[in-house]
Amino acid sequence: MRPLVRFAIHGFKKDVAIAIIKSTPRKPQLVEMSWDPITRIVGSLGIYTKIDFANRRVAECYSTSSIFRGYSVFMKGKDPRDAHFITSRICGICGDNHATCACYAQNMAFGIRPPPLAEWIINLGEAAEYMFDHCLYQDNLVGVDFCEQMVRQTNPSVLAKAEKTPAPHAGLHGFRTIADIMRAMNPFEGAFYLEALRMSRLTREMFCLMEGRHVHPSTLYPGGVGTVPSVQLFNDYLIRLLTYVEFMKRVVPLHDDLFDFFYEALPGYEKVGERRVLLGCWGSFNNPEVCDYRYETMPDWGRAMFVTPGVVVDGQLVTDDLVDINLGMRILLGSSFYDDWQNRETFVTRDPLGNPIDQRHPWNQTTSPKPQRRDFAGNYTWVMSPRWHDRRTGKILALDTGGGPLARLWVTALAGKVDVGYIQATGASVKIYLPKTVNLPDVEFEWKIPRWSNTLERDRARTYFQAYAAAAALYFVEKALAEVHAGRLKTSTEYKVPNEAIGCGFHEAVRGMLSHHVVIRDGKIANYHPYPPTCWNASPRDADGVPGPYEDAVQNTPLFEESDQADFKGIDIMRTVRSFDPCLPCGVHMYLGPGRELQVRHAPMFGVQRTAET
Amino acid sequence: MEGLSFDPSSAGCGKGAVATMEGREFYGQKTQHTPSAPAIDILWITAGLGCDGDSISMTAATQPSIEDLLRGAIPGLPRVTLHHPVLSFSVGEEFLKPFHVASRGELKPFLLVVEGSIPNERNKQEGYWAGLGTDAVTGQPIKTCEWIDRLVPHAWGVVACGTCATYGGIHAMQGNPTGCMGLADYLGWQWTSAAGLPLVCVPGCPVQPDNFMEVILYLLNQAAGRAPMIPLDDQLRPRWLFSSTVHEGCDRGGYYEQADFAGRLDAGSSKCIVKLGCWGPVVQCNVGKRGWMNGIGGCPNIGGVCIGCTMPGFPDKFMPFLDEPPGAQLSTTAVVMYGKTVRALRNFTRASLNREPEWRANNSPAPSRSEIR
Repeated sequence: MRPLVRFAIHGFKKDVAIAIIKSTPRKPQLVEMSWDPITRIVGSLGIYTKIDFANRRVAECYSTSSIFRGYSVFMKGKDPRDAHFITSRICGICGDNHATCACYAQNMAFGIRPPPLAEWIINLGEAAEYMFDHCLYQDNLVGVDFCEQMVRQTNPSVLAKAEKTPAPHAGLHGFRTIADIMRAMNPFEGAFYLEALRMSRLTREMFCLMEGRHVHPSTLYPGGVGTVPSVQLFNDYLIRLLTYVEFMKRVVPLHDDLFDFFYEALPGYEKVGERRVLLGCWGSFNNPEVCDYRYETMPDWGRAMFVTPGVVVDGQLVTDDLVDINLGMRILLGSSFYDDWQNRETFVTRDPLGNPIDQRHPWNQTTSPKPQRRDFAGNYTWVMSPRWHDRRTGKILALDTGGGPLARLWVTALAGKVDVGYIQATGASVKIYLPKTVNLPDVEFEWKIPRWSNTLERDRARTYFQAYAAAAALYFVEKALAEVHAGRLKTSTEYKVPNEAIGCGFHEAVRGMLSHHVVIRDGKIANYHPYPPTCWNASPRDADGVPGPYEDAVQNTPLFEESDQADFKGIDIMRTVRSFDPCLPCGVHMYLGPGRELQVRHAPMFGVQRTAET
Repeated sequence: MEGLSFDPSSAGCGKGAVATMEGREFYGQKTQHTPSAPAIDILWITAGLGCDGDSISMTAATQPSIEDLLRGAIPGLPRVTLHHPVLSFSVGEEFLKPFHVASRGELKPFLLVVEGSIPNERNKQEGYWAGLGTDAVTGQPIKTCEWIDRLVPHAWGVVACGTCATYGGIHAMQGNPTGCMGLADYLGWQWTSAAGLPLVCVPGCPVQPDNFMEVILYLLNQAAGRAPMIPLDDQLRPRWLFSSTVHEGCDRGGYYEQADFAGRLDAGSSKCIVKLGCWGPVVQCNVGKRGWMNGIGGCPNIGGVCIGCTMPGFPDKFMPFLDEPPGAQLSTTAVVMYGKTVRALRNFTRASLNREPEWRANNSPAPSRSEIR
């Protein structure tokens, strides 16, 4: 059957968005501006920037975290079986990603392999999490930065143009002009905003069917799940999923229209939030036919995941091997409030394959917090600097996640391994097939590797990954029902907690790569270090002065906001930071470094006026 | 001052119908009362040691939903303006402005919602465990404790949202370096607001979506003069939500009664999972009965052991989570004799009831062709 409607994404059209603003640089006019806290993200984040108004660009930006909770400290000595219940509480929007990742690490450490049906149930739960979280984040939080109410304030001429620009896919999503789309995104008023809020609930119901509770699941265990598998369970999920599939058929073209319009209306917008292509994805959705959770076979079962793990440097897939990925992890102290552990205990000297493990690897990290005053010339954050060691070049890379979806789609596309009927990775793109639903015919979406790792492509990838997760879930439902029909209803495995063991779990949290590393001694947790995506994205400058991804992406961002200095809202900076989907229950602030010729002034929304220093 | 709020009259509600009734009293109007507080602000702080999971949970609620409250869907309530970091249109100081105004006692009335546990900032030489925004004078973060100290004296009411904020929760686990605690410990259990309200604790990790929104709805009704003082138990929990145990409303209670318990290998069966570590028999929580959202999901009712996440003793008193609770070893032993006997008798009766009465049988001869025509 041929799909009736086809799209390709348009973000990389050659005729739009000529790369660089070619004005002669003027003498910098630097103004310090801060936004603290950044709202519409999870956790508290502040931004402190130095803005060059003469050249309309961000000159500098640092990153620092404001909240410490101490999981790695208080988990020591606890029962290893409790790890997933505890670590779920790290995050209030993707806690289940942590719980799942912790179970993966437990399975490896305990030497067990859950029955296939349990894996399909977890995959269905995690797919629902992606569908929910991206939906709520994209259309109720990020979307507000693109809504009519916002654009009217920041870029009136863009809104005027949007009023006159017909939406290319109006026939599919029902909004005649781009301005109509923007109005539909107005918070708590726009029809699309309210619909997305409802969809975020429907998908959470799907999640709860599989994992019990959102966002800290109740039914996950080492070795399987407690969920009762039945025809009813998977039907309840499928019928809701099909509603979401139909929703996606409208949402993908809607966002394509919106983001393409920004490239068109604001030539040069591709430079906003652009950084070098340094993307990491740790893989998602285990394939129970291949995955046995043994470290020795990890490269094989990693490559069999339904979102391929890998590292992309400058457009090249450097590796898709989870052992390589694991060995390359390095945690640098950066400018953070901790004591170093270079001379502390080494928990793991070699991995089960005999490879040496670095002292700066999470297995060997010792966390000892040392609270102190925030000092931007010295230590200014609770976040360390996770980096990845590229064996080919010996370089330590500040990978980012592209907000999650950009890295997932990029790696999966290049690896060209996923081919499950509903999804096909081609080597240069990812094709997603959504079958006929009640009101709309079947559709194929094709996400093609974009030219940039930038703000708009991070946001666009999020929408496509929503469709990807829905398509993957259609496949998982079929696999799960096949198990039920065959009478293979077992969902759990017997296990014993070993006295001594190590384990690692690799997964994709909604906003990017996630790893859990555990060391067990005397049957208790001797060391536990989770590395969530925001630690990578929000990391500060490391010992070599290499900035973290937020800092990097915000710095040198050109500014397209029309407001003058007095009414400046920093919308292009907000869009950039939010494109990474910051999830900061670990709290992050951004701060500018010391500068010459600095005129310090708060944006008018600030309560306090600081004195000027020149 | 920005916040999320909507004027119902601009949305085309109400006014028109009343206007046509001018001059005489329309019988329906007798049912409608102006709230004694016409408007109220909700200030929400997520900067405790938490995960924002209670905020995310709140967006899942439908009884009522957040848009129901902000759009004035329920008659007779004050107009609500929400200042919430996860949903706010505004950013930075513009977002914090109402928090500063309220700190000075110039925003009345307001309801303060606190999420996350409260660190002990006195257990170290310098620095901070948790902060929100930056102090214009010192350039250092404004500590979460400072915000609470500034806001609490002026609040009409204070709600602790989720187990971290109520009793300390997961981050107050033994061995934590931050010395964190719940709001009840921080403010004192006898604390009352200037308006006479005690601290309201809505525990849950995270809070069950509708439980929380239902409490907010109750308090709005109370602020409107339409409900008496919110009834709380000795742990400051709303009585109507937290009086019963999980077990008392559990789908699987019948299996317990029949001493039919799941082991690790049949964790995915429908049997009682108390031997897998479920604390449901003694935990005060309505999730087993109410489900997680729209009646879907939950804990032991759908195969997840209850780890006691609504309780003041959580998590330490429930760990290791996957060991059978000591009390359950005793009670399940006691129920075995009765349970097995009853199960056998019921199986016998059930087998009988699964057979139709013997007179329902097709005893007449098959009809001939001509008869069918």
